[in-house]
Amino acid sequence: MGTPARRRFISVLAGLATAPLWPGRAARAQDDPFAPLVRKLTGGATVNTGRVTVDTPRLADNGHSVPLKVSVQSPMTAADHVRSITLLSGRNPRPLMATFHLGPKAGRPEVATRVRLAGSQRVLAVARLSDGSYWSGSAEVEVTESACLDAS
Amino acid sequence: MVVGFAGATAFAVFAAEPQRPQPLKSGVEFTAESARKLQADDFANPGMLWVERGSKLWSEAVGGGKSCAGCHGDAAKSMKGVAARYPRVDSGAGRVVNLEGRINLCRSRNQQAEPLAHESDELLGLTAYVAHQSHGMPVAAAHDPQTRPEFERGRELYHRRIGQMNLACTQCHDRNWGKKLGAETISQGHGNAYPAYRLEWQSAGSLARRIRACYYGLRAEMPEYGAQELLDLEVYLAWRGSGLPVETPGVRR
Amino acid sequence: MVARVQIPPQAKRGEVIEVRIAIQHPMETGFRFDLLGRAIPKNVINNLSVRYNGAEVFRAELGSGIAANPYLQFCTVAEASGEFVFEWVDDAGLRGAERAAITVV
Repeated sequence: MGTPARRRFISVLAGLATAPLWPGRAARAQDDPFAPLVRKLTGGATVNTGRVTVDTPRLADNGHSVPLKVSVQSPMTAADHVRSITLLSGRNPRPLMATFHLGPKAGRPEVATRVRLAGSQRVLAVARLSDGSYWSGSAEVEVTESACLDAS
Repeated sequence: MVVGFAGATAFAVFAAEPQRPQPLKSGVEFTAESARKLQADDFANPGMLWVERGSKLWSEAVGGGKSCAGCHGDAAKSMKGVAARYPRVDSGAGRVVNLEGRINLCRSRNQQAEPLAHESDELLGLTAYVAHQSHGMPVAAAHDPQTRPEFERGRELYHRRIGQMNLACTQCHDRNWGKKLGAETISQGHGNAYPAYRLEWQSAGSLARRIRACYYGLRAEMPEYGAQELLDLEVYLAWRGSGLPVETPGVRR
Repeated sequence: MVARVQIPPQAKRGEVIEVRIAIQHPMETGFRFDLLGRAIPKNVINNLSVRYNGAEVFRAELGSGIAANPYLQFCTVAEASGEFVFEWVDDAGLRGAERAAITVV
């Protein structure tokens, strides 16, 4: 074959060729668990990031009930308003949490509710505007478990 | 060693004087900000759904045809301050009862109606509604020779180690309140906000349920609803929390 | 179902008002088991609609990701005196409704 050094060099090269994807690439593929859901929701239309704010506590002391408020920047006129807002969970067994249908008479495009979060996750809100465009915003929530079990 | 004791805090001599945490703090001071806000919001507070239920039941005729309102009129007037004095002796029954027990006694005695089941929406609703009429008033349960046996048993239970974890209430709630257990801050273990909405339960629940939950947390067998142990502890807790404002319906994690 | 609604009893014409509703409902996810190990069937309020003087101003499609004893707050423009009608239905087909009157000056 050649010198031991050369054999070593070739085996290292071979190892690199069969190595898994570099961490960077793998992480990017995992980066957006929402992508397939959002594609289904918008029929493939582009979703712009912005105009949508998701307001939740950074740390939720119980995943059963976490206050959440979503608001959208929009003039809310007959010609330019928010048609609907959809809430998606990055971790719940059912990712589609809710869809709120508004109209030009909504006044302020904001909805507050309380959500269930099955563990720490990102929540994504997708707003559909009257011109057919989509905008999104998200928030990360840390959800802690109860210190003591309760089967009362 | 017979001693009479008057008032919530004046205590005669024991071998060891019962201690209360200093300063006295309601559980609301140990909850997260979002739970505190929720409790303060009279509309969003989920426990108010049970208060609402109770206000409807208050006017409903049951059993022999009477409603609570039939005798007691406007609860805001007639029930003001009442919950703050429970548990106490019911002279008719000749025993100490908590508010739930007193409501059920009224149902059977005066309304000829079946007692409401423990933790039923109806009993929680009526209890929360009546207790809510004492909102903001200091807990001032009767402490007299009549409740003495329950108090002493409750105090002994509070200091008794139980369960696989072999812990007594006092170890968390007297010696370690304010410290962390996981992500939670240990409270002083008062009952002034009950019936309360507990996020963990996804429902309102009674103080008895909350005590049972603690038993379970220590891996001890939970006393059955209606057990004397639970009532004894409620009597002791009412003394321990004397002076704290009634917060029913509280919001807790 | 016990439910509470909140709207300002009075508002100025054109004013944006906040509307709130809270309903006692377990919003059962279908993922829980009872103490005998039996699955508790899913049952959530899946649809809620709000009409103001007959016209729909808000509609919510809800799932198990909404917390038990659901709470919703949204806005609408006060236009004329009249009535808000809130209607909802859960997976088991149980319906609920509440009404609230508003005076618009």
